[in-house]
Amino acid sequence: MELIVKNLVKKFKSTVAVDNISFKIEKNNTLGLLGPNGCGKTTSIGMMLGLITPTQGEILINGTKLNSENRIKLLSFMNFASPYIELPKKLTVRQNLEVYARLYGVNEKVQRIDELIEELNLSKFLYRNTGELSSGQKNRVSLAKSLINKPKLLFLDEPTASLDPDVGDFVREYLEKYKKKNELTMLLASHNMKEVERLCDKVIMMKQGKIVDNGTCQEIIKKHGRENLEDTFLKIARSKNELE
Amino acid sequence: MNWNKIFALSLRHIYLIKGSFPRILDLIYWPTIQIFLWGFISKFFTLNSSYYENTVGIILSAAILYDFLFRSSISYNMMFLEEIWSRNFTNLFIAPIKLSEIIAALTFTAIFRTMIGLVPAALLAIPFFGVSILKIGAPLIFLLVTLYIFGVTLGLLVTSGLVRFGPSFENIAWASLFFLAPLGCIYYPIEILPEWLQIIAKLLPLVHIFEEMRNILIYDIINYSQIFKAIFISFLYFVIGVTTFYISYSGARNRGTLINIGE
Repeated sequence: MELIVKNLVKKFKSTVAVDNISFKIEKNNTLGLLGPNGCGKTTSIGMMLGLITPTQGEILINGTKLNSENRIKLLSFMNFASPYIELPKKLTVRQNLEVYARLYGVNEKVQRIDELIEELNLSKFLYRNTGELSSGQKNRVSLAKSLINKPKLLFLDEPTASLDPDVGDFVREYLEKYKKKNELTMLLASHNMKEVERLCDKVIMMKQGKIVDNGTCQEIIKKHGRENLEDTFLKIARSKNELE
Repeated sequence: MNWNKIFALSLRHIYLIKGSFPRILDLIYWPTIQIFLWGFISKFFTLNSSYYENTVGIILSAAILYDFLFRSSISYNMMFLEEIWSRNFTNLFIAPIKLSEIIAALTFTAIFRTMIGLVPAALLAIPFFGVSILKIGAPLIFLLVTLYIFGVTLGLLVTSGLVRFGPSFENIAWASLFFLAPLGCIYYPIEILPEWLQIIAKLLPLVHIFEEMRNILIYDIINYSQIFKAIFISFLYFVIGVTTFYISYSGARNRGTLINIGE
């Protein structure tokens, strides 16, 4: 699926959270959405998921405008995972996956759930309450939920935040493999620059609601004369004159 | 309406109840206590009040019906609050489920929760106090439907507040029914209220329901026009409740609060 964002603006009273951003993610590509805390990443994702009404601008998914009329239809091809939202804690992992498989209208529910159980190694805690799991386990369950409907467009908000390096690497490797086998366009918001370099085809840098730079990781690193994306991020985040 | 999605959301709450014995116990405990409390009060009144002397069980029947209303509303609120408490709210609202399907799922599941609590309590009233609400007869179905519609409506108004103001509105959820109870004329005739309050009370379906219940139990008179009036008023409030919920949801999307409501 192709995602086009055109002149997107979100104002909360006098605060401009997202200030006229435009970008495009081509089919099967991964775009990294970078920027310091409070720069408008989550608000932007919220608008792309139809959770927040934009003040201005439009979002086109495969040429179809995301609005109240076709939001439900488009959502069935999309999904989202974030460590900041959780699944019902008192339901077992299997129950949660079953509920979401039904909500997303998955046809072969049992087969799809079994596939995800195997691919994400969920079998050991399948019948435990989701609230009792470790961060790493919860993260894998959340990822399983986000892939339950085989989304064509996936939004990931800091997918490896608070994970140990081993689990973090497992998630990144899994996403790489998954993308090779399936049609998937991804938008990844992350503060882990190595993760962004590894997974993203292109990145956009946001600051104070605006896009201040965009391109491939190498292009941006080269443009700012830095050695890696982390240094580039720091340079952009700390510079005042980028926007002034 | 996609019934599979409505079932999916109901299933989430059924799993929650099924998997927790303390939760089931909690659902049964409060209505049972309520029935025993009002059972003894009712017994005392039947022995000491000329109004109630020949009509054993009016207060207890009223208590059972009021608890049905209370449980319907609270069940609706609780299921919505569960989504906020478990921080599942965003997951739910990015799933391809319509607002009308969410309302339908909560409405249907609320009856399930309500019945778990109320059926055992209502059954206990038979051997312990010799009171069965089935004595109301066929109109009981209409009274329960009316109470249920109104209970869900109150739930909708409270959840609209939760969507609009966030979890801080939670306390209102618990207080909402107590606010209406004095005007509902649940345990006393409407004539007890001052005249100006009677006008307001008549705008609520509760007065018509409980007046009708007393007419049936005391005078053995069934006034269907009164019952249908109550259904009509309840349905009117239900439409207002649904509209308010849609407006609150739209407002929450504008303010961007749906994405972090559980935080």
